[in-house]
Amino acid sequence: MNHPKAAEIFNKDEAKTEWHDKALWFVRKKRDIATHGIPEWEELREKASAIKANVLSNLDNYLIEFEKNAQANGIQVHWAKNGEEHNRIVHEILKSKCVKKLVKSKSMLTEECHLNPYLEKNSIEVIDTDLGERIVQLAKEPPSHIVLPAIHKRKEEVGEIFHEHIGTEKGASDPQYLTTSARNHLREKFLKAEAAITGVNFAIAETGGVVVCTNEGNADLGVNITPLHIACMGVEKIIPQLKHLGVFLRVLARSATGQAITTYSSHFQKPKPGSEMHIVIVDNGRSEQLGREDFRKSLNCIRCGACMNTCPVYRRSGGHSYGYTVPGPIGSILSPGKDLKEHSTLPFASSLCGSCSAVCPVKIDIHTQLYKWRQIIAEEGHLASSKKVGMKVMGYVFTKPKLYRILGKVARNSLSVLPRFMIYNKFNVWGKARELPKPPKESFRDWYLKNRSKN
Amino acid sequence: MNKSVKEFEGGISLFKLKIMKVGLFIPCYVEQFYPNVGIATLELLEKLGLEVGYPLDQTCCGQPMANSGCENESVVTTKLFIDNFKDFDYIVSPSGSCVLHIKEHGHLDNVYELCEFLTDVIKVENFEFEFPYKVGLHVSCHGQRGLGLAQSSEIVGQDFSKMRVLLDKIKGLDLIELERKDECCGFGGTFAVAEEAVSVKMGKDRVEDHLKNKAEILTGGDMSCLMHMEGLINRQGNPLKVMHIAEILNLAK
Repeated sequence: MNHPKAAEIFNKDEAKTEWHDKALWFVRKKRDIATHGIPEWEELREKASAIKANVLSNLDNYLIEFEKNAQANGIQVHWAKNGEEHNRIVHEILKSKCVKKLVKSKSMLTEECHLNPYLEKNSIEVIDTDLGERIVQLAKEPPSHIVLPAIHKRKEEVGEIFHEHIGTEKGASDPQYLTTSARNHLREKFLKAEAAITGVNFAIAETGGVVVCTNEGNADLGVNITPLHIACMGVEKIIPQLKHLGVFLRVLARSATGQAITTYSSHFQKPKPGSEMHIVIVDNGRSEQLGREDFRKSLNCIRCGACMNTCPVYRRSGGHSYGYTVPGPIGSILSPGKDLKEHSTLPFASSLCGSCSAVCPVKIDIHTQLYKWRQIIAEEGHLASSKKVGMKVMGYVFTKPKLYRILGKVARNSLSVLPRFMIYNKFNVWGKARELPKPPKESFRDWYLKNRSKN
Repeated sequence: MNKSVKEFEGGISLFKLKIMKVGLFIPCYVEQFYPNVGIATLELLEKLGLEVGYPLDQTCCGQPMANSGCENESVVTTKLFIDNFKDFDYIVSPSGSCVLHIKEHGHLDNVYELCEFLTDVIKVENFEFEFPYKVGLHVSCHGQRGLGLAQSSEIVGQDFSKMRVLLDKIKGLDLIELERKDECCGFGGTFAVAEEAVSVKMGKDRVEDHLKNKAEILTGGDMSCLMHMEGLINRQGNPLKVMHIAEILNLAK
């Protein structure tokens, strides 16, 4: 389903749309308080962006350096060209250790690769341990936000899901009760797990270690309780040196949730005694994006979700309306590179207000990239034919001043004389909820000629 | 209304004011549907002693086509614009959005949104009139984030607003505070139709913010945003009156 259609359905429940908008605006406001509290914020954004620019220009070397140092630490490093390869590699590692049950902390990469269904098909139980992730996993839905995966669910809905799947009382919606129940449910799963999969927020080339940021400590618990840790990362997660980490930890948490720092910033440097640690480094279209000059900066993304929280369209259409693993403005510039036709409405799901670019902690020019994807979508023939023809006609009319004036007059006159039903009908999308401007008797030019012209 | 005559303090001399040629750029939809906004802009500039010309063959800046992905269809239109205005020292328009488009795609650096022209070039010092109303200011995104007419709430730095500077000079005008001071209204050109449901909801929420904070008049620098919100206000029958900022400023003697 295309974005406007999905957004229209989302907006049918106006009260829920308002609730969704306010919930995310609350996070945006927390972000504002956190960032406006440190005077060097803009400098930090500049630094983060500059470090990422360096990384993207030297990615090959940093990846090799990272692999070498990780291996020296006793970590086994794997390379995956795409999602399928990634899933196969992860499965083979699990198979070699006869793993049947595993716990996973939040990882958008494994969502992108559709790892869960792949492993489940191979009879491996995957339990998402992040609370929001677990909620959407039980609801059999994809996350609707990259930081707040279940932000589209009200507490009453969570209560219903928990009642059905983990046996909480019917009708219960007290957050304290629900989270305690989830905690008890997850504890059991942790204790039975034979392996832990985590995502990676930052991979440090200099040390060969990775850093995972969580608020629930679920990555730490999984890794420390099981003998096998598999960390999955996209190639762009590299940062050069440990000293650069401070910049990113400071901007990440503030941008994501308005916290000064995430509750857990866990460093995984080598396997613990008697255990194995694997890192799967995934490309899955990133090299291709790196090769697109206008769009390579999208790989700066540290998945903070700030562009979603600030986006007036995302807040009023919900993450699922984007139909892509990463929704919102950043998803709308990443997804066309994966499948231009499939995601051709996403770069248009924006008023180009620019708030996403202004909020982005790594200074991705998101709204400019949205504009540029629009040009490519039109060039490649993925615009609706009515729009394409309309723009061609408009483009022509605006180059012919006389014709433009005649048509302007016709439009004004028609609006003044036609009965309402001929103006406001199903063909007039503008007029569904809005009045058209009241047509004036004369145009500005007509007035000017009468009142100012020297001729 | 006074303008600064202290050239050495960065102002502009009366002599310069007289000889500079100002071209009035009236966006197509304003020309056709909001002539009063064009008239107010022209009269306001004339009251400041400026010689203002209006090229009669102007049409559009090219933005609707370009933002719809059809930049190619806008090239000749933008060229026509440049040709129309080639003899002017300054090009002034009551629309931040169209000005931004011409800056970015026509690569002209002498094109100004009306308010920034008044604060940065003319350096208007005061307006002598009273306007005893509660006014809500809608900051258009292209004016604010694109042209830098005001500090965006996302960016950490000193707060400022060129429009506020002008409105603050008017006696009796009570500028209300909004809950979301710079959220998009959801017009967005063809976005208003292509994403009708979200566009309408965004507009309704903006109008509601102004109503909740007891605005009597809704103003702004972009008639396109105002047209969208006025469309909602008129359909809902709300008491909010919509005026372009040029129409308020032109009440000055």
